[in-house]
This record gives sequence, C-alpha cells and structure tokens, in this order.
Amino acid sequence: MEVISQLSVELFLILQTVAYAIPYLVGYVLLILATLVIWKLVKRMLTPKHDYSSLKTVTFGDESTVTSNLVASFVSVFFIFLLWGTFTGSTLLPSFMHAPGPFLGDASFTYTSEAEDGSQDDATVTVIVHTAGESVDLPEVEPGEGFALNDVMSVAAYRSELLRVEDNDEITRDDGAVIVAVNGEAIAPGANSVDVGWGDVSMTRRGTLNIAPAAGWQMEPIWLPAPEAVWSRFIEIAQDGFRNASLGEHLGFSLFRVIVGFLLGALVGIPLGYVMGLSDWFRGWFDPIVEFMRPVPPLALIPLVIIWAGIGESGKIILLFLAALWIMAIAARSGVSGVRITKVHAAYSLGASKWQIMRHVIIPNSLPEIFTGARVAMGVCWGTVVAAELVAAETGAGMMIMTASRFQNTDIVIMGIVMIGVIGFMIDMGMRRVERWLVPWKGKA
Amino acid sequence: MSNLALDKISMRFDLPNGSSVQALQDVDLNLKEGELMSVLGPSGCGKTTLLNIVAGFLAPTSGTVSLGGERVSGPGPERGMVFQQGALFEWMSVRENVAFGPRMKGMPKGEANEIVEHLLDTVGLGAFKDKAVYELSGGMQQRVALARCLANDPEVILMDEPLGALDALTREKMQGLVLKLWRETGKTIILITHSVEEALLLGERLLVMAPRPGRIHREYNLPFADLGVNADLREVKKHPDFGKTRDEILSMIWDMEEEIMGRTEEA
Ligand SMILES: Nc1ncnc2c1ncn2[C@@H]1O[C@H](COP(=O)(O)OP(=O)(O)OP(=O)(O)O)[C@@H](O)[C@H]1O
Ligand SMILES: [Mg+2]
Repeated sequence: MEVISQLSVELFLILQTVAYAIPYLVGYVLLILATLVIWKLVKRMLTPKHDYSSLKTVTFGDESTVTSNLVASFVSVFFIFLLWGTFTGSTLLPSFMHAPGPFLGDASFTYTSEAEDGSQDDATVTVIVHTAGESVDLPEVEPGEGFALNDVMSVAAYRSELLRVEDNDEITRDDGAVIVAVNGEAIAPGANSVDVGWGDVSMTRRGTLNIAPAAGWQMEPIWLPAPEAVWSRFIEIAQDGFRNASLGEHLGFSLFRVIVGFLLGALVGIPLGYVMGLSDWFRGWFDPIVEFMRPVPPLALIPLVIIWAGIGESGKIILLFLAALWIMAIAARSGVSGVRITKVHAAYSLGASKWQIMRHVIIPNSLPEIFTGARVAMGVCWGTVVAAELVAAETGAGMMIMTASRFQNTDIVIMGIVMIGVIGFMIDMGMRRVERWLVPWKGKA
Repeated sequence: MSNLALDKISMRFDLPNGSSVQALQDVDLNLKEGELMSVLGPSGCGKTTLLNIVAGFLAPTSGTVSLGGERVSGPGPERGMVFQQGALFEWMSVRENVAFGPRMKGMPKGEANEIVEHLLDTVGLGAFKDKAVYELSGGMQQRVALARCLANDPEVILMDEPLGALDALTREKMQGLVLKLWRETGKTIILITHSVEEALLLGERLLVMAPRPGRIHREYNLPFADLGVNADLREVKKHPDFGKTRDEILSMIWDMEEEIMGRTEEA
C-alpha cells in the first residue's frame, strides 16, 4: 500500500514535469514546422517546378518518397548547437543571441533597522557580484550616519550569501535591533523576498538577510559548459591526455575491448548458431541456455563478472564476449533456418554434397542475417563497454567521463559523451559499408 | 534406355492432430526416354508431392521409383529440377549459378564455362552472364533456372509450375523455349502446370490427376507438341482438336473442384 502511494506521488511529480515541458515541446514542433515552410519556399525558388518528385501527386503514404531530408537533419543539428550556445552565453554567438546571463558587477541595496525603542535607521549594503572562482578585494565604505552602518560584501554569480548586516551596527541583534525593510519594502523572517532590481534579498527564519543576485536564463558552466569550452577541453585532452593516458589510448582501449569481445563472441556464436540451425539435438540442447541468456542485459552481468574475473581487461572482454555471443548465435541460427528449402533442394538435385551445400548455399544464405546481428552486437558491445568502464576501469571512454564527473568537470563529461556517440555512429556506418560490400544481395531475394 | 518407372506409389501424410491425408494412392507411371509429360489436376491433388517423390526429396509410404532400372532413394543430379521461383542463388552471378552443377562435380572452371556460355546463349541471356540474379526480371530468372538445370545434363527434368509466376506474354515465349530445348536435348521432362493450354501445347502425354486420394484420372496422347516444334504456338491453338480437348479437360477439372467443394461443405 505504501509503495503504491509512494509511486503515485512520483508519478504525479513526473506528470507535473511533463506538463511544464509541454509549452516548450509545442514551441519546438512549431519551430520544425516553420523551418519546413521556409524550406518549401526556398525550394520553390531554387528548383524548376516540374522535376520528377514534384510531379508525384501521392506522397503521403508513399513510403518510397519519404527519405531522410538532409537539410532537415542539418537544421536540426544546427538548432541544437544554437540552443546550446544561447543558453551558455557562447562566444561563438553574437551577444544579442544570448539568453540573459547572470548579474555581474557592483550593486547595492538599503536596509532599515529598528531598535528596541522604535527608532529606525537606514544603511546601504554594497554588493560585488563576481564570477565563481575569482577573488575580489572588498573596498572600504563610509560608515554613514545613524546607528545602522553601511556594509560591503561579495557574492559569486549563481550563488547566494547570508549577511548579518547589523553586526557592524551600533545597535546589533543582541541589543534588540531588528531588520524591518529592504529598499523600503517590509521584510519579515522566512516570509517574503524583496526584488532589489539585480536580484532578490530574503530573510531566514532567524532574521539574517540572504542576498541572491539574479541568475538569468543561462546555464552555469558546471551544469552545461559552452560548446567552445568543450571544444577547447577536447583540444587540451587530445594534446595532453587525461589521467596518465592520451585520448587516443582511452578511446583505443574501449575500441580494443569491443573488437576483441565481439570477435570472440562471433567466433563462438556463429558456429553455435549454425549447429543449432542444422541439428535438432544441438538446438534442443542450447535453446534453453540461449533463450535464457538473451533477455539478460549484459549490464546485469557486470557485478558477477567483477566478482569472478576482477576489474581488469579479462573481465571486460568476458562481458563483451557474452554480450555478443547470444546475439550472434541467434542471428546465425535464424540465418540457417531462414534458407528457402527450394534452394537446398535445387542444390541437391544439381548433385551437391552436404558439405558443398553448407559451403555454397547455407553459409552465403545466412550472411545477411549474420550481418544484421553483427551490427546489433557491435552496438550493444559499445554501450556495454562504456557502462563497464563507468563501474571500474583504469582507462577507456567510460572511465574518462566517470572520473571527470567526480571532479565536476562537466566539459569533459560532455566531450566524452559526444565522442562515445560519434564513435558508435561511425562503427555502425562502417559495418553498413562492409555489409553492402560483402552481401550486396541483402534484401533483394 | 533410361525409363522412368513409378510403381504403385502411395503417400500418406500423418497430421499432428492424429488424422492423415492420403496425398497419393497407387500411382503407376512409365515414361520413356525423351518423353515430355504434362500433369494437370485440381489444387491439392498431389502433383507437387508426386514430383518431390520422383526428385527424391520425399520417400513414398509405399511403392518405388526407378530410373533406368535403378531405384531412386534420394535426390541426385540425374534428376534435375526447375522450381516455380526463388531457387536461384542470389549470392552468385548468372554465370556462377549456371555453372553450379558442373563445378560441384569437380569440372574445371574453363570447361564449365564453355557449357555455361553455350547454354546462356541458347536461352537468350548472352548479354547478362555476369549480372547478379536479382538484377534480372522474373522471366529471365526462369531462363537462368532452366539453363542451370540443363548445364548439369540430367536424364530427367522435373518442373513444378516453372512458368506460373510469369506474365502471359513472357510465359508464351518461355513455352516456345521449353519446347525448343526439349527437341534439341531430347530430355525426359515432367511438367506440372495449372494452365490447361500450356499442358496441351507442351505435353506429348498429358496426365490429369484427381484428388482425395491423389490418383491418375485420365491420360491423353497429344499431337500438339510435335506440331508446335515447327509452327507458331498460336497457330497450334487454332487446331480444331485443341479447343475440343481443352474444353473437355477444363470441365473435367471443374467437376472435380466442385466435388471437393461439395464434400468440404458436407463435412
Ligand atoms: N508436408 C505435408 N504435410 C501434410 N500434408 C501435406 C504435406 N504436403 C502436402 N500435403 C497434402 O497433400 C496433398 C497434396 O499436396 P500437393 O502439394 O502435392 O498438391 P498439388 O497438387 O501440388 O497442389 P497445387 O496445385 O496447389 O500445388 C494436399 O492435400 C496437402 O494438404
Ligand atoms: Mg503444387
């Protein structure tokens, strides 16, 4: 019962977040539609009106006319970078395209202190807002008149500071002084906050002022660094390396593990799939094992593999071997059982022996399936290796981003994620190339 | 003399639900070398089953098949097969497909190539020798299948609706080709078809089968295949006997189909 109420609270929070996101999603869809309209207009101006595809009257539902529009892909990626730059104040963009940044510079507000006898006095607090990590020297300020004296303080952008402004006054809190207003607006402990133009001033329950300069709309670099910061970090790591290994070594180690694990998996999995496709005994023998192991995600095996083989190379390669093994076995099995019986019959009545049928009919016929499996397996292996390196590794792409996250080097984390994505994409493109070259008949039977 | 002899062939399929289908019952048949026999019959009367038994893909529940006195116990290169479609190897070029049989026998490449060149020219695919099979039209693919079968020089050629998937015009051209190849090579051919006209045009002998149990219903000896060797096939169709026999066979098959329908409705 408790679980259900807990879950429903969670669900409510999630739905609330989704509801907040809806206007943004609608905006994004409108943006897509707007660029589509613009593209249509541009295209009409650029190309003759009666080219072949514009002569087709039925395009809705005609799947052959729906190919990925490269222009749309380009615009889409461009917008991602544009948003990224806008909300991080990227120097790659002219400043009018930036979202409002955090307040920086000198500012001030006044507070009103009331003594026990009811007399009031104002004083000014000078606030110097600086970028995080910078040190500032606080200037001297005139104490001013009355029992409340002027103050000076510094706050880092995106942060807030508490200040007991009355501490330096002639009547302090211990003497019974209470702050009653900020910039002339009444303030009370733990209640309202006062907008002072460059930020908010609020009061804690115990009566201390909390000064929070406006954060603006931009992301703090520790949440999301600007694209150029990620790029320069990439250059830096590409030149100097990260944690005793060069960038090439980190990525190379990950790739090496994937390739070795995948090849071992294929080396065992393909013959296993073949015997399962060719002999009912072997099929019966291995079916329970394969069908049981297939739905177990490789990530779930990480703890066991660490217990058995430690966190060294062999553990990771065993993990990737297991990740590739079942996929390849199943691909090879369905490649064999997918052979049209007429092809086998034809080969027999052309005088081929069993071995020749294996070599010239069954194996080539299974290659398209095996390649599809290999692409899936490579993708899974790549994802698995990164995850395994997140858990434990000395080198590798996953270790790089995990270590960086511990030191809050968000730029390295983002750089690592981008590189992992790019490499995964390149692996798949490479596999497709090889596939088109080795099995040109795929999908043409 | 390599006679093809079927002796009391019966075939019963036991179904998983305990019942069984008598696909063939006591089929006796004798084919002399060089005869072309076409086989007609309503759907499900056991034509494919019969052909698969002759090819050696199925063992009959009783009865024997023998070729030239030797008993057939499995598939073999002396009994070539042309399927309706989808039996070519996509991973091989047209040339490699046709060379498959000879190469499997261990014939050297050069020698096999001579046969291939000659056969592909005969079936009119001289210009497509090095194309991939999936680049050819359906009719061209069937010509490759025919050439591949002939390249192996079988004694008997078994064809299960080889032209069934082709359009009318291509089909007509292919009928001429089959007839021509039959005359030139003198092979024994069994040709299953659903087209009565095709069966009449190509078969010296014509077998009409009846269903449940599958058996030989009637046999004809026909003059049209001989006429067709020298004349246009369309002219042959105008022969007075052609139309008469066609109508007779059509109504025969029609009656059988009706009977099946009636029986299934009763059941
Ligand atoms: N593997 C099988 N298992 C069970 N029954 C079968 C099997 N193969 C064929 N049959 C049955 O045997 C009978 C004959 O089938 P067959 O395929 O030989 O018919 P056909 O004359 O070739 O028909 P069509 O003209 O439609 O190709 C059918 O009733 C079919 O249901
Ligand atoms: Mg059939």
